[in-house]
Amino acid sequence: MARPLDLARRFPLGAVGAVIMVVFVGAAICADVVAPFSPLTTNPALSLARPDALHPFGADAMGRDILSRILHGARISLAVGIFSTMIGALFGVTIGIASGFIGGWFDLVVQRLTDILQALPVLVLALVMSAALGPSLPNTIIAISIPLIPYVSRVIRANTLALRELAFVESAEATGMTRWRIAIRHILPNTLAPLIVIATAQLGSTILTEASLSFLGLGVPEPYPSWGRMLSDSAAEYMRTAPWLVIFPGLAISLAVFGTNMLGDALRDLLDPRQRS
Amino acid sequence: MGAYLVRRFGLMLLTLFGISLIIFVLLRLVPGNIVDILFDSAGMVNPADKARIEQELGLDRSLPMQYAAWIGGMVQGDLGFSYVSEKSAWAEIGPRIPVSARLAGTALLFAIAIGVPLGVISAVRQNSALDYALRVMSLSGLSVPSFWLGLLVLMAFVALFGAMPIYTQESRTWTEAILLVLVPAATVGFRSSALIMRLTRSAMLEVLRQDYIRTAHAKGAYPRAVNYRHALRNAMLPVVTVIGMEAAFLAGGLIVTETVFNIPGLARFLVESIRNRDYPIVQNLVMLIAFLVVTINFVVDLMYAALDPRIRVGG
Repeated sequence: MARPLDLARRFPLGAVGAVIMVVFVGAAICADVVAPFSPLTTNPALSLARPDALHPFGADAMGRDILSRILHGARISLAVGIFSTMIGALFGVTIGIASGFIGGWFDLVVQRLTDILQALPVLVLALVMSAALGPSLPNTIIAISIPLIPYVSRVIRANTLALRELAFVESAEATGMTRWRIAIRHILPNTLAPLIVIATAQLGSTILTEASLSFLGLGVPEPYPSWGRMLSDSAAEYMRTAPWLVIFPGLAISLAVFGTNMLGDALRDLLDPRQRS
Repeated sequence: MGAYLVRRFGLMLLTLFGISLIIFVLLRLVPGNIVDILFDSAGMVNPADKARIEQELGLDRSLPMQYAAWIGGMVQGDLGFSYVSEKSAWAEIGPRIPVSARLAGTALLFAIAIGVPLGVISAVRQNSALDYALRVMSLSGLSVPSFWLGLLVLMAFVALFGAMPIYTQESRTWTEAILLVLVPAATVGFRSSALIMRLTRSAMLEVLRQDYIRTAHAKGAYPRAVNYRHALRNAMLPVVTVIGMEAAFLAGGLIVTETVFNIPGLARFLVESIRNRDYPIVQNLVMLIAFLVVTINFVVDLMYAALDPRIRVGG
């Protein structure tokens, strides 16, 4: 493996993305320590307070410090993003490898099911899911992870089909290894690279989906300080008088997604030899 | 070719059938139906009234019966009626179709007009400062949530003109008409343009490395002709796929944009209906979206064969 500095020189955009992500993960972990105020304490005297030295991003209609809410909001965004990507990846990889390896009617059924799930835009499916499950943090994670499964399983299945033809899998079969062992010992480790690429790429879109759901009032419920929720109705209402209610949460979403996208691009260039130029 | 079309058509029907089942079951998972909501908000609970209304709406029947009634009606062109407005679902959905279609069409045109040329430029000038700037721009296009972009645009309007554009069915002037469709459309299309640009760039880079491009340069063809006539034409295949997919998936962007700009289209109606547990509307709207997606995918597959003679459909 190359040293971090060499990597940063080869992938400057990826390095910027990594730095952004480190900052956001740091904010999420240390929100309790770094945030100057409680994200939930309301203060009528501060309602719609302009940004100043004490409250650099201002305060919302209920007088809650926006900077503190954004720092705590990083927890929600990253938790939803990371957990739903992990759940989507876990099921997607299992189904993808099984489908590519078992083949036959099982593959056929799985392919039709992925067709069905992919016939709806992610946000539409997540919206209906989230409405069906009811608004809560775990339900939002589930609602966002399910549309991910077909995307991951398609990529992993194609990868598994390609791997099956390779000499090392054939020789493993010739030595009498069981199919399960081949799948776990030989196929699974070789799906890691495409998995990392697709997971980082999807992390950004899961963060965006969560923000959209919460913006529409069908995602993470109050009192969690979700970035999308901060932008919903109230922000639009005070858009004329208190633009900081709109600017800062949106900036946080955009930066976080920008960071994962740049990191994802660099990882793809690094791990996917076909894309290397 | 004929057998392929029949098989593809069968798969489309199968997919739509699967979607209808999933949506139907999902909506019935929602705790509380429309009658509960009406009674909660009215604050009166007379079980007899409630049972009567449930019977009127057909909610007292078994789930398979309700499903059969929905599909049976749909086949005969009867989409049921909205629980909220009590108008027929078609009367609610129909008038909203042109609103969303115009928005989506303009957004897609915007995305193609921006995405394809910038993608070509980015590829031709690979690793130049311009390429880097365009790549950062496209990445930010994929990162900025379109509802935030919409809010920013509205704020800019307030700052510049002191007023927000309010959507009206009949625009008073030409400029207003353009503004009211173009601004939201650009907001939705920005994301798609970024995606199309990225894909055009990588497809172009792939093609520009081929021997026949070097040959074209060697025989003295104008660089512009090589880039656009020789390279772009062959790079369009994956781009067409993404344009097709984006056309269908614009629905996601429309949902938030119609909400931000208060545009009375299908996507905002879907969100409202989900909130109101207006099952007939949600079911039919989701089916409409799924129908559009599978149809567009089908058309894209056929276009593949037309664009690339090497691909033989069904061969």
